[in-house]
Amino acid sequence: MARTRFGSDLGLTARMTTVMFLLGGIFVALIVVLMFVLPAQYAPFIALIGLGVVWWQWYNSDTVAMKAMRAREVTPEEAPELHAMIDRLVALADMPKPRVGVADVNVPNAFATGRSPNRSVVCVTTGILGMLTADEMEAVLAHELSHVAHRDVLVMTIASSAGIIAGGLGRGAQYGAWFGGGRRDNNNNGVPVWLVVLVISLVVYAVSFFLTRLLSRYRELCADRSGAYLTMKPRALATALQKIAGGMSAIPEKDLRASSAMNAFFITPAIKGVSLGQLTSTHPSLEQRLEQLAKIEAELSRPVDGSAEGPAAL
Amino acid sequence: MSRFWGAITGRTTPKQANLDSLFLVPSAAVTLQTAAGFIPTGTGSVCFRAPDGAAYQQVQDEVVGLLRDEDDKPDVQVHRDDFGFTWVVVDRVEDDVEGLCTDLHAVNAALEEQGFSTGLLCSLVPFHDAAGRNVGLVYLYKQGTFYAFAPTGPKTRDNLLELQLRDTLAGDLPMEQDLQRWLALWGAPGL
Repeated sequence: MARTRFGSDLGLTARMTTVMFLLGGIFVALIVVLMFVLPAQYAPFIALIGLGVVWWQWYNSDTVAMKAMRAREVTPEEAPELHAMIDRLVALADMPKPRVGVADVNVPNAFATGRSPNRSVVCVTTGILGMLTADEMEAVLAHELSHVAHRDVLVMTIASSAGIIAGGLGRGAQYGAWFGGGRRDNNNNGVPVWLVVLVISLVVYAVSFFLTRLLSRYRELCADRSGAYLTMKPRALATALQKIAGGMSAIPEKDLRASSAMNAFFITPAIKGVSLGQLTSTHPSLEQRLEQLAKIEAELSRPVDGSAEGPAAL
Repeated sequence: MSRFWGAITGRTTPKQANLDSLFLVPSAAVTLQTAAGFIPTGTGSVCFRAPDGAAYQQVQDEVVGLLRDEDDKPDVQVHRDDFGFTWVVVDRVEDDVEGLCTDLHAVNAALEEQGFSTGLLCSLVPFHDAAGRNVGLVYLYKQGTFYAFAPTGPKTRDNLLELQLRDTLAGDLPMEQDLQRWLALWGAPGL
């Protein structure tokens, strides 16, 4: 077995799996509670519609995201350097080549989306193209390719399914309050069904919101990690992140709000989670990311002597 | 199953390089010469991504030292291209393709020994014919496949020749079927 320097980060994996488990639990709990509160035939129906919405979001993620960012696909003739860089990275990682998009936005950023590695898009803004050196650009692309390889769009969409259904339910319940408010249905103890549903969906929405944000931060760290190991240049990713973070705050408000819909898939978020800080942020703090990259850099530059076993072979 | 697990844990295992197919090159060189009139130039190179730091520097010193200590002392050069990849170029006498492949394999083995085989991108063995055409036989380590790269100018390549050589060599080598993977290696050493 060939020696590998790509060790596993058990702590990160454990934390992430826990969060995913909790998200799954929330989803099941929501459906079970709905089955008790609503007439029995409604709950599976609502769940199906909800899942349909989730599926639709995931299935069309590439086109929707490209449109939301007003990005256009570029050919190898239009952006030869970008394509050549990606060609080399996908050859190194042995993955299918994604389509490449460029968004004419001054905010320095990049994102990857698409329903599967075979049908994905990696998109960069003109702002980031002007800001980063070739090394740094490659590091950012490797980070985005890692998102594709990890199927993060699929994972995050499934993870947020409970929240999406709860959100839809909440709206529906308000609607029910206006039109069916007078009815008490078959409920004898006086609490209207729509109120119960509203409260449940609010609670589920809130819990799922924090959990998906937490999961999103873990997935970012994973992508940083795999990206850094792919390029073997953690330092380039570190300086890129620093540059982007610095460039973010220097950009006027208006541009930032214009791109907020896509935040979860960006390499660094265009808006800082100010109110609840860390808790609501889709991305880990710069310090956390740099710390992880420093560890990888140390791991890559440490010589292993011929006789000893390699570090944590997978 | 492992793919599913990779998605769940957000961790794709880096692809290890396939080193063995490189030894198919000598027989392919014979075919190239008899069927297409291309003869080896005597050079060959390994292209890989090397990290900064002591570990890699140690590998490089070791490999270069090893190759230069051989009896026939091939000429060895190391340089870095615009894409941040490192090229180790070995220069030998024209007809010693086997010795060349052994040298290239020594580079690969040393990288693998230090856990850097995930960084191997490709290997290049250039050929030329009497008409002055150049063609590089490229081996993609991660895919374990070969393709021909025939540059005709600074940014142009002879696709017809490349396709033709794919068919010529199909009996000797596993050829890359996905044309998107036929990387353009402009300015590669020896071409």
